[in-house]
Amino acid sequence: MVEVKHLSKHYGRVLAVDDISFTANPGEILGLLGPNGAGKSTTLNIITGYLSSSSGSVEIEGCDILKNPKEAKAKLGYLPEQPPLYLEMTVKRYLEFIFDLKKVRLPKKEHIDEVMEIVKLSDVAGRVIRNLSKGYRQRVGLAGALIGNPPVMILDEPTVGLDPKQIIETRKLIKTLGKKHTVIFSSHVLSEVSAICDRVVLISKGKIVADSPIDKLSEVISGAGMLSLEVEGAPSKVKAALSSVDGVRKVVNTSGNQYTVYYHTDVDIRRGVFNALAKADCPILSMTMGGLSLEESFLKLTEGGED
Amino acid sequence: MTAILKRELYSYFNTAVGYVVLAVFWFFSGLSFYTYCLLYNTSSMTMFFASMFMMILLITPLITMRSFSEERRQKTEQALLTSPVNLFEIVIGKFLAALILFLLCVLIFVLYAIIIAGFTAFDWAVFFSTILGLLLLGSAVIAIDMFISSLTESQIIAATVSIGIGILIERLSSIANYINTGWVTDFINKISFDKHFSNFSTGIISLPSIVYFLSVTGLFLFLTARAFEKRRFN
Repeated sequence: MVEVKHLSKHYGRVLAVDDISFTANPGEILGLLGPNGAGKSTTLNIITGYLSSSSGSVEIEGCDILKNPKEAKAKLGYLPEQPPLYLEMTVKRYLEFIFDLKKVRLPKKEHIDEVMEIVKLSDVAGRVIRNLSKGYRQRVGLAGALIGNPPVMILDEPTVGLDPKQIIETRKLIKTLGKKHTVIFSSHVLSEVSAICDRVVLISKGKIVADSPIDKLSEVISGAGMLSLEVEGAPSKVKAALSSVDGVRKVVNTSGNQYTVYYHTDVDIRRGVFNALAKADCPILSMTMGGLSLEESFLKLTEGGED
Repeated sequence: MTAILKRELYSYFNTAVGYVVLAVFWFFSGLSFYTYCLLYNTSSMTMFFASMFMMILLITPLITMRSFSEERRQKTEQALLTSPVNLFEIVIGKFLAALILFLLCVLIFVLYAIIIAGFTAFDWAVFFSTILGLLLLGSAVIAIDMFISSLTESQIIAATVSIGIGILIERLSSIANYINTGWVTDFINKISFDKHFSNFSTGIISLPSIVYFLSVTGLFLFLTARAFEKRRFN
């Protein structure tokens, strides 16, 4: 379990992370989603104790990362954006080093073999990391994070730079990891997050803009309480008719015949809209619930654009 | 700490660094030995050790230049700083690895001593006191150079600045001679590595000199740890 409370981070005058709070529960895969530069890596670096925060606290399995760094870090496996690999070492030697560095108390050889098996590295165990491809290097980094079976796994954009096959494999792996570990992973790819995660925290410009279970995400960010309409008739007339319907909050004439209607989610306004426009003699050409796709609303939310 | 020590040694000897340092050091020390001892037909190694003083100041930057800068550049420090080890374990692990490589460099002197001892009576006591002096000197210089390496991402900058400081250390006692203000001269002579080292090479194991070198080592290891940590707060 990871508890992040009111985390902020200033880089000089720039506020990179602005009062972020969330909790990742055991056995949960939490996706940290946001465009590049949103503050994902900074947040993860603070959670893992690599960077300090300007204010706020982080607890890993109940251990504060600043007050009990040793205990907290012993419970973490971290794969940074660029895997921290010593290029002159062989895969096996590197993992042995990480094993010793983390002071793991498991049977060394068996554990390392097991980890290499999980991330499918066994066939390159004796190769020097410098000679490995990006995909393999990423896996070595992942193996390093897995050493010691830490209850919490933090993965920073684990699929960046991989080929499609590797991406699918890595996603599968993260899914299996999620059964035993608390996993926090970051990504700027929405489809990836929605494919793997149980919950998603959406960050933009250092702030949390959404935090919800993945199946509710579309409702939260995409257009609950939104209706897209194409209506024939004078805009003022259409607007007046729409505004008169019960439950409507706001009507926006997006372009030409296109209208977006915002309404309170507890009522279904479609019949009311039909009747009102029929009465006003403005024929409805099309009517769509939601209005924005998941991708579109992601963009809209993260760009902090207008409604 | 042992994990880091082992990895550092592994990386010295799995890349060319360790071998190149040893080869260069042994070659030039051999040359000096030939010139100052064999050619002069003398059993005194004083001249030889005096020439090694500069050599040590030049070789340590090569040992330490990558220790922290490379970690930063390759971002491998992230693995170290997010593992359950404290900062001083990291710094001391790296320091000991560098010191071991330095010790291997200096170990060749024993061979030279044996060669001389084969021909004539040899003063082993002075020899070992000098070796002790060399190790103390080496550890102080390694600590200083490691601190410099912790300040930059570039090995080249680390090495250049370290060599610069090495030359300054070497010149310090001669600079003192040019200054007429008494207390400044005194002060420079007190902190001059040269003066402290010459105690050992004449067979005097002086406690103040031991304390001096160990303090410099301790101070700069402490500063290294601070510099390494400081970047977490910027």
